[in-house]
Amino acid sequence: MRWPVRIRLVALALVWLLTAAGAAAQDERLEIGISTDEIAITSDFAGADLTVFGALDNADDLLLQLGRYDIIVALEGPAKETVVRRKERVFGIWINRYSMRFAPAPASYSLSSTLPIDRITKEIELSGKAIGVRHIHLTPLGNVGDGSRVPEFRDALLRLREEDGIYQSEPLGVEFVSSSLFRATLRLPANIPVGEHRLRAFLFKNNEFVMERQLRLRVVKTGIEQFIFELAQNHSFVYGVLAVLLAMLTGWLGSLIFRRD
Amino acid sequence: MSIYLPIAELSVNAFIILGMGAAVGFLSGMFGVGGGFLITPLLIFYNIPPPVAVATGANQVVASSFSGALSHFRRGTLDVKLGLTLLAGGLAGASVGIYLFTLLRQLGQLDLIISLFYVTFLSVVGGLMLIESINALRRAAANKPVSLRKPGQHNWVHRLPFKMRFKRSKIYLSVIPVIVLGFGIGVLTSIMGVGGGFIMVPAMIYLLRIPTNVVIGTSLFQIIFVTAFTTIVQATTNQSVDIFLAGLLMIAGVIGAQYGVRVGQQLRGEQLRALLAIIVLAVGVRLAYDLIATPDEFYSIATTGVGY
Repeated sequence: MRWPVRIRLVALALVWLLTAAGAAAQDERLEIGISTDEIAITSDFAGADLTVFGALDNADDLLLQLGRYDIIVALEGPAKETVVRRKERVFGIWINRYSMRFAPAPASYSLSSTLPIDRITKEIELSGKAIGVRHIHLTPLGNVGDGSRVPEFRDALLRLREEDGIYQSEPLGVEFVSSSLFRATLRLPANIPVGEHRLRAFLFKNNEFVMERQLRLRVVKTGIEQFIFELAQNHSFVYGVLAVLLAMLTGWLGSLIFRRD
Repeated sequence: MSIYLPIAELSVNAFIILGMGAAVGFLSGMFGVGGGFLITPLLIFYNIPPPVAVATGANQVVASSFSGALSHFRRGTLDVKLGLTLLAGGLAGASVGIYLFTLLRQLGQLDLIISLFYVTFLSVVGGLMLIESINALRRAAANKPVSLRKPGQHNWVHRLPFKMRFKRSKIYLSVIPVIVLGFGIGVLTSIMGVGGGFIMVPAMIYLLRIPTNVVIGTSLFQIIFVTAFTTIVQATTNQSVDIFLAGLLMIAGVIGAQYGVRVGQQLRGEQLRALLAIIVLAVGVRLAYDLIATPDEFYSIATTGVGY
């Protein structure tokens, strides 16, 4: 009576394999969209919410109902080189003693996900794909000795940027609005850097990575702010002369209006 | 009402900035100083990045000194020849200062040097002014004549060569100390974002023995050019002049100054100097405290080059 048991087991294994293969063949797809590909910073800009809509195609209904699909959406700011400095007390005065330079890394980072990211997938996957504030790739430049101080400076950089709100994550910011449509809300801080930002969306199934989508988003200054910024950058001499003329005009008007003699 | 500053790249409350400008304008009108030495630390206390605070402070001083110099010119209390001599040293000093500014910024020690300069100069000048004005107040209380300039009394400065006659000031003086003074103030203007009136006025009165009535107008005259030069050079080399921020400060400052002048006219000279000395000292002490007290945060970050 041993044969039938083994046959049954083999059959079970076959069924399981087939379903697994079927699931793989099912090929879920992630699509995302945003209402604008440009965010304008105006003079009263005090931060904004960016809403990202997305759809999950070919999803397995059962897994959907079990909540086995997870989505992470992150907006990475333009890559910039950063210097972290540490103050030390020298002759009673606090001065910047040690510094460490990091290779260009996103200058801002906002993340939103269906669950806290460490419950979505393994640490190694997160750090490999640079998902989450703690996994932003920060490579020190120049001579760092034995590298023993790298974690300290790395942590300081991440902590300062988190305190500043320029790096942030919202662990429950992605909601399913229907069985396959979701909405992610990303908080953009008031001090968001201008430039080209990259929107990355990740789909996970059963804690395994399925696919990634990317979109570009430009953050620009508008109107007079942009005009001033560009003038200051590209025609800095003219800008400086204008600043002086403005000051002289203000001073002259002041002495004219309030003339006491 | 929050407004976004395009160069400082942050949002600030416009009313706080206007309030700062008005308060500093009031004091500058009252004491006849540019007010740069107050505006730059205030901006730094309000989290404006120090490079922007310094460069914008210089720009704001152009407005207040131009306004002040115009009224002194009308009243004839401005020695153009003396001003131009100071200016020759001033422009050279400002160029050296800008070079140092850029160098220190790269080394990451700019904030420290700005603070150290402020602490040193504010404490020394504030302290000396306080002592002098308290003595003057005592003499006034004892009904003795108060005079800043003791005619006929000469010091080592007057034994230097290359003498020149400054008609309006009615003095015959070597150009060396004038140029050196201008140079020193020029360096300070670019590093500290100040006009330097709070140092130049006492130096001209006590060191060069220039008559008090032409001192303020002449110092304002040369401050216009040195701060204008500094503004343009800061704008070209560091792109750190925020015209929005400067504009708000100037408008509020010019209005505040008018009320300051009125209040100032009701106070006696030595009372004014004692008050100014206390304010100068207070700012110096506050900055010194920040240098010595254990900071809440040991780390700081600065974003430099743009990658990708």
